Amino acid sequence: MDLLIFQVPILMVQASLDGILLGILFALIAYGMALQWGVMNIINIAHGDLVILGGYITYFMYLSGIHPALGVIVAPAIMYFVGVGLYKLVINKVVDRDLFISILATFGISILFMQLMNFAFGADVVLANSEFGTTMLFDNSVTLPNSKIFSAIISIIFAIGLVVYMKKSKLGRAIRATAQNARAAKILGVDTEKVYAATFGINAALCGVAGSLVAITFTIHPYMGLPYTIRSFMIVIIAGLGNLPGVAVSGMGLGVFEEFADYILGTEFRIGSVFLLLVLILVYRRFKLSKKREYLK
Amino acid sequence: MKNNNIILYVAILIFGVLAPFMLPAFKVQLSILCILIVLALTWNIQGGEMGYNSFGNILFYGLGMYICASVQVGMFFPLAEWTESGGEKTFVHSPTQFFQGMAFGLLAAAIVPTIVAGLIGYAILGLRGHYFAICTLGLGVAAGEISGGIEIIGAGQGFTTPPFPDVGSLESRGQFFYFLSFVVLVLTFVAVKSVYSTRFRLVLNAIRDNEDKAEAMGIQTMKYKIIGWMISAFFCGLAGGIMGGLVGYIDSTDVAFDGREMGVFMVLMAILGGKGTLWGPVIGATLFHLFKEGFWTYFLGWQYVALGVLIVVIVIYFPEGLMGWLREKYPEKFGEVVDEADRKAQVELK
Repeated sequence: MDLLIFQVPILMVQASLDGILLGILFALIAYGMALQWGVMNIINIAHGDLVILGGYITYFMYLSGIHPALGVIVAPAIMYFVGVGLYKLVINKVVDRDLFISILATFGISILFMQLMNFAFGADVVLANSEFGTTMLFDNSVTLPNSKIFSAIISIIFAIGLVVYMKKSKLGRAIRATAQNARAAKILGVDTEKVYAATFGINAALCGVAGSLVAITFTIHPYMGLPYTIRSFMIVIIAGLGNLPGVAVSGMGLGVFEEFADYILGTEFRIGSVFLLLVLILVYRRFKLSKKREYLK
Repeated sequence: MKNNNIILYVAILIFGVLAPFMLPAFKVQLSILCILIVLALTWNIQGGEMGYNSFGNILFYGLGMYICASVQVGMFFPLAEWTESGGEKTFVHSPTQFFQGMAFGLLAAAIVPTIVAGLIGYAILGLRGHYFAICTLGLGVAAGEISGGIEIIGAGQGFTTPPFPDVGSLESRGQFFYFLSFVVLVLTFVAVKSVYSTRFRLVLNAIRDNEDKAEAMGIQTMKYKIIGWMISAFFCGLAGGIMGGLVGYIDSTDVAFDGREMGVFMVLMAILGGKGTLWGPVIGATLFHLFKEGFWTYFLGWQYVALGVLIVVIVIYFPEGLMGWLREKYPEKFGEVVDEADRKAQVELK
């Protein structure tokens, strides 16, 4: 326990700003999870590994001399096809089945991805240095790396872009129709198989964007995927499926929580506290619902 | 039929007792096999019979491992000094101390997880379906991350369990751990079998098939779910305690709360053999252990790739497992009455 943060209030400003910028990025990742959960009714444990894979694409661009900020355009383009490929190979077989089947199957994919990334990219913690510099606020007492601000702005642009795309485009309408009622959509001539593939591709592309931003602002490592999955799951269940402003707010809330946990409990308990928070939130909601003799569905 | 079963059990028992003498080179492997079967059998109580797919049974396994080792050390020596700088070099357990410590350690390793299961079971067994699965997944990882930050049990650098004392023969360590795990396996099997032959199993199956209806029939489902989970926790804790001594070294995320290995293995073994059956987990664990040893030995480095592919293939193509497949093929052997004419008609229809 370290209570320094309460003695030096400026640290709270620092932690909150860091947390909000981080949370916007989490919200983008959670958006992809909400999309696939809502449309295809699967929970993808390999979600976080797709994020890390996107991060490695950016990292390799950085290694070969291209500015990593361009990764936010290249990574989603590549990841879209990875997503569609993954859908065609495995995911299409779990879409209509029990949710646990999708959880366990994607858990297998997650283990596979982790190890393949470990082989291909090595087990080192890496980052793509964007050399954006830092911004100082409040008489140099609060430091904000410009890369974090950049990542928040890009996340917002992509999230808004996707919302608009979902509302206006033909594919977006088809995806929303499938999410409402897959059978009815099929009867009315929507090729649901194609819609599912596109949804998973879009989700993977979002992971690609988020992964590039993670590689620029933080670090990536082949085994770091699962925490991102859990964070997005948590954000989605707090916000509720299909509640996009809720996703943004709970994403930021989670970001701030993590930064404070980091200061108060210490960095070694950071991931642990995220997972514990998930358990506590689920238990809280279970007791709240059980008063009405209901349960989480 | 009844006689055949008794012969089978006696044969397995005799094989189990003689195994370490017939196959002396495989004693450690056989002990691990026993532990794996225990884990698969206990997971099956949740995942197979009750329909609550838990990733969290690893919590009790890891807890048992840490508690057994801590008791074994803490009974005789200061625990903090032991873990701080490789205490096993300064403090040496005499044989009596070692076995006494192990006995009390295993006792604690069984009881504490059972209590923990009762407490958290009340909180999280109210969740259903995938929420339960994800919640238990979170619980397992959280336990690993948090125990990796606690100094007194070794934090990130690990915890060396007391080395086996010198009692004369070189063979004795392997034999001791083999018989310990074999006894726990027999206990688990007997417990699970006798529990399954009572009304308890019917209640669990009712919960799996339709929990709302089971509640409407007047069954206190929460009580049965918690008891089921406590039974699992009891044997998982024991298995963990033995495994800690067998491996000789406890690391928070790589040995104790190893969701990527043990946590998935137990699910996979039960599904591979056929969940919801008594023998399925046993067969599944044996097959899986053979597969695992093959891969871990000959394709080192690619084992997780193989594991990932195996999970995907089993889950997608064989969700009913080996016993499920056999049941479909030979329903008579499972006590289902089949009308021969009806069956022929169905085959012709196909």
